[in-house]
Amino acid sequence: MKDLSEKKLRQLELMAVKIRKHIIEMLYKAKSGHPGGSLSAVEALVALYFVHMRHNPKNPSDPDRDRFILSKGHAAPALYAVLAECGYFPVEELEKLREINSMLQGHPVCKCTPGVEASTGSLGHGLSFANGVALAGRLDKKDYNVYVMLGDGETDEGQVWEAASVASHYKLDNLVGMIDRNFLQIDGRTEDVLKLESVRDRWTAFGWYTIEIDGHDIQEILDALNEANSHKNQPTMIILNTVKGKGVSFMENNVDFHGVPPNEMERNLAIEELTLVEKKLEAML
Amino acid sequence: MNSSKKMVNPRNAYGEALVELGGEYKNLVVLDADLSKSTKTIMFARKYPERFFEMGIAEANMISAAAGFASCGKIPFASTFAVFATGRVYDQIRMDIAYSNANVKIFATHGGISVGKDGASHQMIEDLALMRVLPNMTVIAPSDATQTKKIVHLMAETYGPMYARVGRADAPLIYTTGDVENIKIGKGIVVEDGADITFIATGTMVEPALEARKNLLKQGIEASVIDMHTVKPLDTSLVLKYAKQTNGIITAEEHSVIGGLGAAVAETLTEKNVSTKFLRMGIKDKFCESGDPADLLEKYELNSKHMVRKAKKLLKK
Ligand SMILES: Cc1ncc(C[n+]2csc(CCOP(=O)(O)OP(=O)(O)O)c2C)c(N)n1
Ligand SMILES: [Mg+2]
Repeated sequence: MKDLSEKKLRQLELMAVKIRKHIIEMLYKAKSGHPGGSLSAVEALVALYFVHMRHNPKNPSDPDRDRFILSKGHAAPALYAVLAECGYFPVEELEKLREINSMLQGHPVCKCTPGVEASTGSLGHGLSFANGVALAGRLDKKDYNVYVMLGDGETDEGQVWEAASVASHYKLDNLVGMIDRNFLQIDGRTEDVLKLESVRDRWTAFGWYTIEIDGHDIQEILDALNEANSHKNQPTMIILNTVKGKGVSFMENNVDFHGVPPNEMERNLAIEELTLVEKKLEAML
Repeated sequence: MNSSKKMVNPRNAYGEALVELGGEYKNLVVLDADLSKSTKTIMFARKYPERFFEMGIAEANMISAAAGFASCGKIPFASTFAVFATGRVYDQIRMDIAYSNANVKIFATHGGISVGKDGASHQMIEDLALMRVLPNMTVIAPSDATQTKKIVHLMAETYGPMYARVGRADAPLIYTTGDVENIKIGKGIVVEDGADITFIATGTMVEPALEARKNLLKQGIEASVIDMHTVKPLDTSLVLKYAKQTNGIITAEEHSVIGGLGAAVAETLTEKNVSTKFLRMGIKDKFCESGDPADLLEKYELNSKHMVRKAKKLLKK
């Protein structure tokens, strides 16, 4: 596919900043939640929902829609912010994240939030779920694609590798995986907790087509998604090289912001930083 | 909650107990699944790095590996959140620990709905039931930090598969070290004695039961409060004694009403043909939701206020 116009790309980058601001505000208001892994996933979600995927916020159960499954459910704030900006539900709902009686649960719940395909939060399930969705699509002769995002730490789970085998066994070329490769989990760096490298070689060995890109470059993500869709007879895994906490200087690569929300000062600082970037991008439009 | 009592986190008590035990038992090893900062096994990891094993986000593997350690004479403590420590790894526990009667200690944190805002995916309300149904398995829910520390020592001292769970939140201190010196796995504690009604509570529900007792007393109702830290094996003689000596039994647990403490007490009463007024307090066969812990406990009727209301209603029946 040809490159997006400069203008369109700037608009998407602006949307990414807007999503990050939502994430900060939501977590600050909720006084709990996971900033690091939400912030690292933003560009991929923006690329999927605002350009690449076939979906209709007015009809979330359209049988022909492309599906996205957030296997790393703790990044729910990023998904919720994107769904709200797409129009699945009012943006005001974001303020109620994690509150009692809210449609926005701490981790995604499919029967609770329009646009959420699978209930996640217990890591390691999403790729298996996606296998089922992809196989059902094939059975029903549907041409939808299934996208699933995993954390890198999440791939410690044995179930992920069971799912990896199944997807390649069935040659699920309607399935695209994405790994948020931010090199951090909770107890520390992924390579210290449980060595993952070589991530790419592992997926290749399991029979997947792999693409490795800068996970914060929207053009690269869109190119990779198109490449994945046109690759036949194999599932594709896109390794997104990312920075945990991306976009907020003091959260970047900081394991302490895995599951701790910003306090008031941190929230102000974060919003200030993001607003600066926003202004810069607006000036370029 | 009672503001006059000191708040201490039972998870810290677990970490401290592990450090104490590490010196005493050279064969004690600790395993965790990328949650050592939350479960507090990190305290052991810092003191005894060579006997701490970070197993990554791979709980099923951790549980089977713990059983392997036990087969070589080690005393493994394996920790993660209660959801991942039981449901996710049920078959591994069943085969490698319970069936094999292996000396593995599973110590879980973040049990119950007071986990709060993470939501139902992380609020384990079925673990006591899942573990109780396994032959050979001992099931414990300590009620405060002091008791937790003692229980962890008892777990290390006593052979057999054991599961213990605490909550996420800080908890009021109920006991002094002296109070818990002589507690035994499988023996309930009569914390308060009263002739009218009996609360049999476990884990995080003991403190609200004590609070309820105080409020009931002001209304002329004397309640007994039993701390049933061990859900299995259940102290059936204590249950039967209080069923006979008071006018009703209310069980309370931060768990489904199905399969846990309430169920165990009901089974005991029915089989022994003891007829009494009886009520199970717990989660009524549903998943809960995200929210502030206090709000959730209010909405799902698991605080002292609801205990008082239900006790009065039960006695009027
Ligand atoms: C089965 C399971 N075990 C443990 C957890 C607790 N947990 C939540 S997030 C997390 C770390 C995830 O790391 P990673 O997949 O790298 O996510 P990211 O860095 O993108 O936040 C853990 C261990 C969980 N949610 N599910
Ligand atoms: Mg990570």
